[in-house]
Amino acid sequence: MPSLLFCGPKMAACGIVISIWGVIMLAMLGIFFSAKSAVLIEDVPFTEEDIRGDQNPPGNIYGLYNQVGINCFIAAGIYVAVGAVSLCQVRLNKRQEYMVT
Amino acid sequence: MSSLLRGEEMCLAQLFLQSGSAYDCISELGELGLVEFRDLNPSVTAFQRKHVNEIKKCEEMERILGYLLREVKKADISLPERDVNPVAPLPKHVMAIMEQLQRLEVELGEVTRNKEKLQRNLLELTEYTHMLRITRKFVQRTAEVSVSLYMFSCLVKIEAFERMLWRVCKGYTILSYAEVEEYLENPDTGEPTKCVVFLISYWGDQIGQKVKKICDCYHCHVYPYPSSNEERNDVVEGLRTRIQDLHTVLNRTEDYLRQVLIKASESVYTWVIQVKKMKAIYYILNLCSFDVTNKCLIAEVWCPVNDIPTLRRALEEGSRKSGATVPSFVNRIPTSDTPPTLIKTNKFTSGFQNIVDAYGVGSYREVNPAPFTIITFPFLFAVMFGDLGHGVIMAVFAAWMVLCENNRKLKNTRNEIWNTFFEGRYIILMMGLFSIYTGLIYNDCFSKSLNIFGSGWSVKAMGWTKEQWENNRFLTLDPNVTGVFKGPYPLGIDPIWNLASNRLTFLNSYKMKMSVILGIIHMSFGVILSTYNYLHFRKKYNLYLVFLPELLFLLCLFGYLVFMILYKWLAFSAKDSRHAPSILIHFINMFLMQGDGLQPLYPGQTGLQIFLVVIAVLSVPVLLLGKPVYLYWLHNGSHRLGLYRGYERVRRNSEEELYLMRAHDMEEGSSHSDLSSSGENPTEELLHQAIHTIEYCLGCVSNTASYLRLWALSLAHAQLSEVLWAMVMRVGLRMDSTLGVLFLVPVFGLFAVLTVSILLVMEGLSAFLHALRLHWVEFQNKFYGGTGVKFCPFAFSLLPSSFEHDGLL
Repeated sequence: MPSLLFCGPKMAACGIVISIWGVIMLAMLGIFFSAKSAVLIEDVPFTEEDIRGDQNPPGNIYGLYNQVGINCFIAAGIYVAVGAVSLCQVRLNKRQEYMVT
Repeated sequence: MSSLLRGEEMCLAQLFLQSGSAYDCISELGELGLVEFRDLNPSVTAFQRKHVNEIKKCEEMERILGYLLREVKKADISLPERDVNPVAPLPKHVMAIMEQLQRLEVELGEVTRNKEKLQRNLLELTEYTHMLRITRKFVQRTAEVSVSLYMFSCLVKIEAFERMLWRVCKGYTILSYAEVEEYLENPDTGEPTKCVVFLISYWGDQIGQKVKKICDCYHCHVYPYPSSNEERNDVVEGLRTRIQDLHTVLNRTEDYLRQVLIKASESVYTWVIQVKKMKAIYYILNLCSFDVTNKCLIAEVWCPVNDIPTLRRALEEGSRKSGATVPSFVNRIPTSDTPPTLIKTNKFTSGFQNIVDAYGVGSYREVNPAPFTIITFPFLFAVMFGDLGHGVIMAVFAAWMVLCENNRKLKNTRNEIWNTFFEGRYIILMMGLFSIYTGLIYNDCFSKSLNIFGSGWSVKAMGWTKEQWENNRFLTLDPNVTGVFKGPYPLGIDPIWNLASNRLTFLNSYKMKMSVILGIIHMSFGVILSTYNYLHFRKKYNLYLVFLPELLFLLCLFGYLVFMILYKWLAFSAKDSRHAPSILIHFINMFLMQGDGLQPLYPGQTGLQIFLVVIAVLSVPVLLLGKPVYLYWLHNGSHRLGLYRGYERVRRNSEEELYLMRAHDMEEGSSHSDLSSSGENPTEELLHQAIHTIEYCLGCVSNTASYLRLWALSLAHAQLSEVLWAMVMRVGLRMDSTLGVLFLVPVFGLFAVLTVSILLVMEGLSAFLHALRLHWVEFQNKFYGGTGVKFCPFAFSLLPSSFEHDGLL
């Protein structure tokens, strides 16, 4: 079976750090988008049509907020997977270092 | 604990060491790291010193140890974990260590030479085997040929060699050749090279001689040619057995060599430390002088006064260990030299002390800015860095370093940049924590504001109609309309400013004024700290003639500016904000004594301003002339000077009174030396004070403006953060297709990398540098001298090892 190790110890450590940061920050962003925070209005992909042609204001905008929030949660989930892979790489690296010396 | 504020009180002491126990006493002192030795033989060169032979022996041992370490490193043997701290060996044990090392060196040399010889042998036999195999294809000559020689060569150019043979032997040789397919190791260079096999047939002995000579020139190996097939097979068999034997012997030799090296590597680290300590002790012994009448060594040391009992105990311990009957003792002597500065720090304060010392080590017993720097430096950094998210990341990074500070791998890496960050881990932790605080105040987290308490502004209360919403690009919230402004945000800046288009107009005004206020406070604090120095060195006249005019000048002009800023903030509200006067105009008019046309800020303003300007202007000549005139009057009026000039160093017990007088004088040492130096030349003192006055007065203006960098850098950081979010993160968030999710993952990774590299590393270093400059120049030039010498104690743990420098350990 070929070795599952494909990155060195430093790269794996970076992977873990960015994953942890990504999970925390994207989860919090998801929460804030779901809470319809006004400060994040520029990050929501709305157009003029959404505002003017809205039957039930501000339903369209709220829908877009929810969409972006779900996107953030999914991205956080992907980062959990990336973090797990990095953790495996760190363990494999440690084992290899232990075996060589 | 006055040590961190001012530095330890130091004294010069004489150690009387008995000849038998000198080595042990110095060994004890080296383990403790208490004192700094002075060189009592400065005119003697290194080769004329007393213990030069012992030092040569130590260096010989270091050479052997270096050879051992190189061999161990070449054989890829890892050294065992080094926790040991052996004491310096006694002179009688040194011979044993020396013998062991020499024996090891000889043995290693022999084994290595044997191994090389065997390897060369093996190579020759391998070549012969190849030749026999290849030339089997060559055409056999008939009996006309008398002798044929083989040849085997690695570096020869075939055509040149052939031509040379043809010319020299005049055609009486026949040459055939073939290349060997596989690469053989060239014994000289160790690289694999391609080799060529020649078969030379010739007639006659003389031609044989010439051929042999040519072969020698071309560095070729010559082997005999077996005449018949049976002979050839016999030779091949014999060669094969011999090669196998050689392989076995070589393996055994390599195993033996490895065993020797492993055994040596177990104790090599202990020997390295022992030799290092021994060499240091002999170096110190060379610094002492020999007293013939008392038959003991005399050493002069700088020692903290509080540590003299410890010093006595160490000397007793050393005398006891060496079994001497007469103990060694210490005697404090008075001196007029300025002692070196020692400030005792722990792992937390040492970082801050280092950055203060980087500009200049404090003069003896002057006020140390380091304890104040512990708070003001992270605070000023945080004012320039102020971002909650970045502060959290910085604090987490520093907390990881602090929690893992006992991990040996982190402590002992060779990487310079990492070592710098690791040494400053407590500084970075403080900077991170303070940045979290200022991030909350600026309400800035990765360039977004947090709405924790609910904004104090209400848009609904403005009552705009639908046409106003649809037809206007920008709408203004007016706080004078009831219900729009419900009150200030409890902590920090209201989050609604993040959505406002005039955000920068508001924040710039606020941050500039804040920078000026912080700067004036910092500088006043520096001026006030100078009183500590004046009081300690008993120069009370400085309090009235230097400190008071300086403080009055600073506070009457710039303190009044701070007062005006605060007054305008408090006295004017949203209702009369249209009529609020410009502070800058008022401040300029204060100096020009104009401004009757302007509406005053408060009643009585013109009178007060004239009074303040007069006081400030009057304090300048007092600052300029007060101190020189006073000193001149002192110098001419009394005859206190001329008594104490240079002293001779006392080698024996001094008279009681003289000792007491001089000890008292040591405390006021700098005051008297200052008087004696200043009294010599009143014009020099006047010039000195004139320079100080001009520097101070102009410096007040320029340094106040210099503090505006607090505003500039915080603005730059906020803008960079906003740009990074808008250009990187927003692109990922605005993707509304289903693939947008997958796009967000690498976009966030890029955002994280750019945040760390640009905003944390680059901006962090920049803010660090500017905060440091504010401390070094604007704060410290109000009170700090910084012309001292750092105390370097004799301690084994502080001595560097030359092997670590070469990367061998």
